[in-house]
Amino acid sequence: MPATNSADGTALVAGLTESQLHELYYALVRVRAAEERLELLHKQGHIGGGVYRSLGQEAGSVGAAYALDRRSDGTGDIIAQTVRACGALFLMGGEPLDFFRQYLARATGPTGGKEANVHWVDYRRGLVGPVSPLGTMVGVMAGITLSFRLKQEPRVGLVFAGDGATSTGAWHEGLNFAAVQRCPMVLMVEANQWAFSTPTRKNTRLESFTQKAAGYGLHAESVDGTDVLDVYEGTKRAVDRARAGEGAGMVEMRYYRLKGHAQHDNQEYVDPAELKAWEERDPIKRFGERLLSEGWATQKTLGALKARAEVEVSIAAEQAVGEPIPDGVQALDAVYTDRGAKTPWTRLETPDPIQA
Amino acid sequence: MGGKPDSVTKTERREPVTLLEAISEGLFEEMERDERVFLMGEDIGVYGGAFKVTRGFLDHFGEERVIDTPISEGGFTGAAAGAAHMGLRPVVEMQFMDFISPAYDVITNYIATSLYRGSGPLPLVIRGPVGGGNRGGPFHSQNVEMAFFHTPGLKIVYPSTAYDAKGLVKAAIRDDNPVIIEEHKGLYRAPFLREVLPEDDYIVPLGKANVVREGSGLTVVTYGMMVHRSVEAAEVLHQEDGFEVEVLDLRTLSPLDDEAIVESVKKTGRLLVVHEDTRTGGIAGEIAMRVSEKAFEWLDAPMLRVTAIDAPVPYAGALEDYFLPQIEDIVTAARYLAAY
Repeated sequence: MPATNSADGTALVAGLTESQLHELYYALVRVRAAEERLELLHKQGHIGGGVYRSLGQEAGSVGAAYALDRRSDGTGDIIAQTVRACGALFLMGGEPLDFFRQYLARATGPTGGKEANVHWVDYRRGLVGPVSPLGTMVGVMAGITLSFRLKQEPRVGLVFAGDGATSTGAWHEGLNFAAVQRCPMVLMVEANQWAFSTPTRKNTRLESFTQKAAGYGLHAESVDGTDVLDVYEGTKRAVDRARAGEGAGMVEMRYYRLKGHAQHDNQEYVDPAELKAWEERDPIKRFGERLLSEGWATQKTLGALKARAEVEVSIAAEQAVGEPIPDGVQALDAVYTDRGAKTPWTRLETPDPIQA
Repeated sequence: MGGKPDSVTKTERREPVTLLEAISEGLFEEMERDERVFLMGEDIGVYGGAFKVTRGFLDHFGEERVIDTPISEGGFTGAAAGAAHMGLRPVVEMQFMDFISPAYDVITNYIATSLYRGSGPLPLVIRGPVGGGNRGGPFHSQNVEMAFFHTPGLKIVYPSTAYDAKGLVKAAIRDDNPVIIEEHKGLYRAPFLREVLPEDDYIVPLGKANVVREGSGLTVVTYGMMVHRSVEAAEVLHQEDGFEVEVLDLRTLSPLDDEAIVESVKKTGRLLVVHEDTRTGGIAGEIAMRVSEKAFEWLDAPMLRVTAIDAPVPYAGALEDYFLPQIEDIVTAARYLAAY
C-alpha cells in the first residue's frame, strides 16, 4: 500500500479519506452500470418510455450529493433530482431496484407505474420527484427550503436543472424568491451544453450561468463537472454557506451531454470532434486515473468496486424485470386524497351512463 | 406581536360581517388554530392585501407567517407546494385571480398531479378576488374557474354568502388537497350580505351545493354573484308569473355536487344554468352533460344557459353591463322554459 494510506481515516484530498474516495468511485461506476443496463433493457423491448443517460455527467450528480447530509429518516438534506442526476438519486438512498421499476413501469415501483424514470419521491431520504418542466422545480425547492428556515431546521436543498431551464420564467421566479427569502437552497446548473438539440449559445448570451446569479444577489461558482472532487468541494462550499444561514446559492457544473437527449435522439446535430474531445474527459476515467496515480487506490480495488456495482445493478434489474405491471384500473386511484376518478360507464359490468 | 385586528373580531362581538370580513375571520381562526398555516402573496403583509383581507395579520402573526412576496405568482405558488411537502399548510393570495396565469404551469403540472404521481398530498389553498361589475376592465374582472376545472386533482370553491365564505375557507385550509377559492369582488363588501355568523368553529363541507330557494317549476344552477341575481329573478317570476324557481348554489365547482343537481332537476324537469363566466367552455356545458347522462328522462325542456358573452371583460359601464348576465336575462330564459 502507498505511504498515503488513510485506512486510519486521514483525509487525503478535499477532506476525504481513502474509503470515502472509494465510495465516490463506487457511486460513479454504479450509476454508469445502471444506465448501461437500462439501455440494454430498452433494446430488448422492456421499456415503453424514454431512456435518458447521464453519460459524462456522473461526476456532477455524485459529487454534489456527496456534499450533503444524507439521511434516511427525513431529517437530512434534500434534492430535486433530474434524469441527468441519477448518481445523486442513488447516493441519497434511492434504490437501483426502484430505478428499474420506474423505467419498466412496474406496479411495485414507488409510483406504481404512474410516473416514469427518476420522477419519484422519498421524503425520508430527501428525494423530491421532479416534473418535466424543470424550471418549475426551482420554486418548489425554494418553498421546501423556506420551510427549513421557518422551522429552523439545519437542512439544505439542492435543485438540479439544466441549460434549458435557465431560460424559463419559473426558474427566474423561483430563484428570485429563494434569494429574497434567504432560503437554504443551492441551484445546481447542469451546464451540459444542450437543451435537447438547442446549444447553450441559443439559451443565453452569457459565458457562464453564474453570471446570472449576480442578478439575484446570489453567490455562485463554476466547477469542472467532469471532476468529482471539484464538484464535491464547490457544492460543499455552497451547502455550508446555505446551512450557515447565508441564503441561496448557485453552482454551475460544466460538462457535456455525451448522449442524445434520450434514446431516440441520434445527436446528428453534434460536432463529432467536439464530442470526441469531451469523451476524453470521461469523469470515471479521470477519477480512476487520479486515484491510481496518487496511490489512493489500486487497479485491483477499482476493478472490485466496478464488479460489485455491476452485480448490484444486475440483481436489481433482473428482479424488476420479473415483477408485475399495474392493473389498468389503478389509473383511477389517488386523484384526490378523498376520491379517485370514476370508472367509465362503458366499462361497467352492465354499461349504464347514469353511473358515469 | 399585535393583538387581534378589529376586522376579525366582529363575530366575537356579535356584529354582522361582510363576506370579506368572513374570509378574514376564517383565515385568522385557522392560523390561530394551526401554526402550520401561513400566508404568502403580494402586498398582503404591510399593506394588508389589495382588498385588505389580511389587514393586521402581519402585526399579529409576524413576517414568518405573513410573507410579502415578489410579483411572481409562479414562484410563490411553487414555493407553497414545496412548503406543503414539508408539512406546512400554505395559503397563497393572488392579488387578482386574473394574475394566476403565470402559475398555471405549477398548478396544473406540479400541484394537481402531486398525489397521483406519488409525491404526496398537497394541502394548500390558492385564493383571490374574481368577477366583474366593478369596471375593472379585462385584467381585474375575470372568472378563472374553467382554466382549472378541467384539471383533475384540484378542488374549486366559489362562495356567495358570508356564512359560506368563512366555512368554505376553513374547510379548504383543512382539506388535504389543493383548493382554489374564488372570491367575488362585488360580494366582498355588499351590504345585503352582512350577517351575524355563528360563534362556533363551523365549516361548510366542500362538494356540497345548497338550495337557497325552493321551487317546483325550474331549477337554476348557479354560483357566486349570479346566485343573488338568480334569486332576484326568481322573486320577479314568483310575483309576476306565479312561477316557482328553485335556485341551487353550487358553492363548490369541483367536485360538482351531481346529486343535488340531479335531485332538483328530477323535481322540476327543467334546467337553467346561470354563470358569470363566459359562455364557451363554461361550466354550464358540463352540468348539462351530466344531467343528460343521469336525468334525461325527467327533462321536459331543453337545458339552457345564461352567461357572459364570449369576449374579454370590457371596461366601460355600458359595455360591461351588456357583457354580464343580468336579472332580465334570467327572467327571460326562465319564461322561455316555463312556456316550453
